[in-house]
Amino acid sequence: MKNSRLIGFLPWLVVGLLALFPLVESTFYMQLLTKVLIMAIFAMSLDLLVGYTGLVSFGHAAYFGLAGYALALMAPKYETVSLWWSLPASIGVCALFALITGTLVLRTRGIYFIMVTLAFSQMLFFIFHDTKLGGGSDGIYIYAKPTMKLGEMELGSLEKLENFYWLVLLLTAGSYLLLRRILGSSFGRALLGIKVNEHRMRALGFPVFKYQLASFTLSGALAGLAGYMAAVQYGFVNPEILSWHQSGAVLMMVILGGMGTLYGSVIGAFAFVLLQEVLSNQAWFGIAAKHWQLAMGIFIMLVALYMPQGLAGLAQKFGRKPAEETSDE
Amino acid sequence: MDFAFFLIQLLNGLQYGLLLFLVASGLTLIFGIMGIINLAHGSFYMVGAYLAWSLSSMTGSLTAAILLAIPLTVILGMALERLLFRHLYQRDHLYQVLLTYGLILVFEELRSLIWGDDVHGVAVPALLNASIPLTDNLSYPVYRLAISGVCLLLAAGLYFLIQKTRLGMMIRAGASNRDMVQSLGIDIKLIYTLVFALGIALAAFAGMINAPLSSVFPNMGGQVLIICFVVVVIGGIGSVKGAMAASLIIGLAETFGQVLVPEVAGMIVYVLMAIVLVWRPEGLFGRA
Repeated sequence: MKNSRLIGFLPWLVVGLLALFPLVESTFYMQLLTKVLIMAIFAMSLDLLVGYTGLVSFGHAAYFGLAGYALALMAPKYETVSLWWSLPASIGVCALFALITGTLVLRTRGIYFIMVTLAFSQMLFFIFHDTKLGGGSDGIYIYAKPTMKLGEMELGSLEKLENFYWLVLLLTAGSYLLLRRILGSSFGRALLGIKVNEHRMRALGFPVFKYQLASFTLSGALAGLAGYMAAVQYGFVNPEILSWHQSGAVLMMVILGGMGTLYGSVIGAFAFVLLQEVLSNQAWFGIAAKHWQLAMGIFIMLVALYMPQGLAGLAQKFGRKPAEETSDE
Repeated sequence: MDFAFFLIQLLNGLQYGLLLFLVASGLTLIFGIMGIINLAHGSFYMVGAYLAWSLSSMTGSLTAAILLAIPLTVILGMALERLLFRHLYQRDHLYQVLLTYGLILVFEELRSLIWGDDVHGVAVPALLNASIPLTDNLSYPVYRLAISGVCLLLAAGLYFLIQKTRLGMMIRAGASNRDMVQSLGIDIKLIYTLVFALGIALAAFAGMINAPLSSVFPNMGGQVLIICFVVVVIGGIGSVKGAMAASLIIGLAETFGQVLVPEVAGMIVYVLMAIVLVWRPEGLFGRA
């Protein structure tokens, strides 16, 4: 009893500690942590699909990248754009795209679904890569960060690292809470039911397709939130942000942390980004750092073979509780 | 568009489609029979192309290079099946995706370490380095015709192997019921190893014979892989016949698309896929 209350308190402690971070650290680690948090939102959005709806998407970077492009294309070139409308608009574009692609891809299952989500994300990649629309393979620069104004008052310039960091932290915590609420509702229960046994849920009279489409759209919208923030942080977008390597990386974060747990996605994003930083650190690995993807590839394969439940699964295994029942595929 | 020009595009489209078939048939066989989704399939196409380049610059002959490279890729396929893929048969597709994604990264980095990151050209074999004149100023390269011919032969061989031979019968039986085949005393593990190696070798062979046309460059496997996914989705997963039909459709659509509507040519294959998904989600030749 006492333990579970402690565990319920834990996320808030983490958020609180993270909020204090800018007071002790500066620039490099703050930027890194911002990146981790953005990836955490991205990974949570995918966990909603993979871990809670039972849909393995290998094209999730499409929505992430699309939001970045939406911002870059909407923002006037040398002036600032307001966060208040550009963020909802970017997310809206992603939600719409997810709704359209969702109606198509959800006609398929399993291995088809994996291939088709990948193919549609590649379609988007080639649209931005091959046409002039998004600056081709060079992409577009976003010269000024969006502004947050209340009337005439600036709430805090996002050009300042810590302000941006706090905003992202707030959005990460908000996304987590939102997803927890949704998954705890009857809608979320129905999604889990669909994941475990789609036919049973259909027989019980649930409109399975609509539930899945809603989950797919919500997931795309959240990925868009992450993508928007990533574009703001980097100050540019190029086709790489919606490449399938990005889709693979985010799937890896979800599995590494432990899918179907939500907090696992946060842990996974943290571990993955950090590992990436460490492996590509030239000061530590010298020339080998140039080929860090080799080590990453081997690591991913080892996780796939030996750690199917991810870090969260390890924690459960060695913790008090026996691992919760896993879904029968 | 006059007739000679149309003929050239038609032949190009068929040649491209047949080449896609070599890669896609392996992909669809490995899925249909073993239930494995192999994202790294495109990497074997790349390995084939790089082997063709490095061995032909060593031996001075593409033919010799191909003859040397085929056994190498078969061995590579068998080794990978034994070491890695065997552990994934009973697992969720999710882990197959993850493992083969990791494998792509490993292959790309090994390629970079062994062969570097440069683009290389491969010479067309002297015997086939000729053109057939069609009109005064248009001609068609013999090498492309040769590729189409070889692909057709292989497709016929594949059909014969699966439909008419005893081994093919075992493969088909293994696809529908692994345990039953096993208890009838057939070494299903060996059959899986063979099918996997066959699929890998087909993809690598496609990379080898196409190397003189496409040249050899980093990440060349990725694009082929995605197009082959589209082929498999349109044709129906596990169906070799479907892979053939879809390969030709995609090959022709992309070739003519690039000539007629170059701005949106990249989109055409995905639009085709979307249409098939709406109309027949299980693919043209798929089992519903």
